[in-house]
Amino acid sequence: MTRDTAFFEFLLRMGDNTLVLGHRVSEWCGHAPVLEEDIALANTALDLIGQTQMWLGLAGEVEGEGRSADDLAMLRDAWDFRNVLLAEQPNGDFGQTMMRQYLFDQAHVLLLEKLAQSSDERVAGIAAKAVKEVTYHVERSRDTVIGLGDGTSESHRRMQAALDLLWPYVGEMFTDDEVSGIMAAEGIAPEPSSLRAAWDAAVQQTMSEATLVIPDSGFAHAGGKTGFRHSEHLGHMLTQMQWLQRAYPGARW
Amino acid sequence: MSSPNAAYPDTPDQAMKPKRHEWPLWEVFIRGQHGMSHRHVGSLHAPDQEMAIKNARDVYTRRNEGVSIWVVEARHIAASSPSDKGPLYEPSESKVYRHPTFFDIPEEVGAM
Repeated sequence: MTRDTAFFEFLLRMGDNTLVLGHRVSEWCGHAPVLEEDIALANTALDLIGQTQMWLGLAGEVEGEGRSADDLAMLRDAWDFRNVLLAEQPNGDFGQTMMRQYLFDQAHVLLLEKLAQSSDERVAGIAAKAVKEVTYHVERSRDTVIGLGDGTSESHRRMQAALDLLWPYVGEMFTDDEVSGIMAAEGIAPEPSSLRAAWDAAVQQTMSEATLVIPDSGFAHAGGKTGFRHSEHLGHMLTQMQWLQRAYPGARW
Repeated sequence: MSSPNAAYPDTPDQAMKPKRHEWPLWEVFIRGQHGMSHRHVGSLHAPDQEMAIKNARDVYTRRNEGVSIWVVEARHIAASSPSDKGPLYEPSESKVYRHPTFFDIPEEVGAM
């Protein structure tokens, strides 16, 4: 694998994570349990879509085949997406959404802090901007996980169920492969496995405050960030997200 | 060692409907980029003061409106009663001499 191929793959992973999760979170718009949460979730979704524009924009540039961020977002099919499986999991109830958000945000912020030191200036620039947004995301999702986990017995039960359901999707965020090896050798991005210890420490602290029990299992689904095997949910999501560009190719505002 | 779930003995088997509690109301004050004082911008609901600040950030500073947020729970605000309007405010209507318009201001003072 050449450096540029690996770099393109890496950028798709970054941009597809924020795109897919951003779209998922935007599905709450108008449906959240209270007005304040509705607006907060929409803000988070918009932040993630904004980051997508930067990551996929750079991906298109690195690929050098004239594809824009919009082309990459709207005209690829499920098997070309490189987001982790966690990001594409359905929203479930509000607690499940916030649990997914926290598990992702905590990894996202640790990664962006490292990417802000990337040897590639463009990557460092995007990360420096995104890390401010994501620092707020993780603060908010952490507080909500704690509030609901250590809340009523009903909210506690739901948060524990969400943690149990999503835990098998955590491991994929920290696996290394040929792409990440080349990125690490080039000084562009850290090996994902190098972030695990800090993530574990933060998540253990949060879950203990939330009175939630972390499942005693290291099992991890794989296949999202390689595109090898996405879960069924991604295709359904894309039919909604890409519908307009598929039905009316080239449509503009 | 007891598990963290021990504090919630009814967790596994009882799927009861929780009572719907309304979060308390908070009044939000924001200091704008160039303003000198915090101004009341509106209100919102939140479970505690930390979340009230976060919600205020998300609801009232989306368009770069502020550099500082105050929140206060609405029940802590003491307010005058509209029915006391007469005795409270009308007496000052007839006291024009309270406005500083009855003496000349020396030139050297400049604009006041």
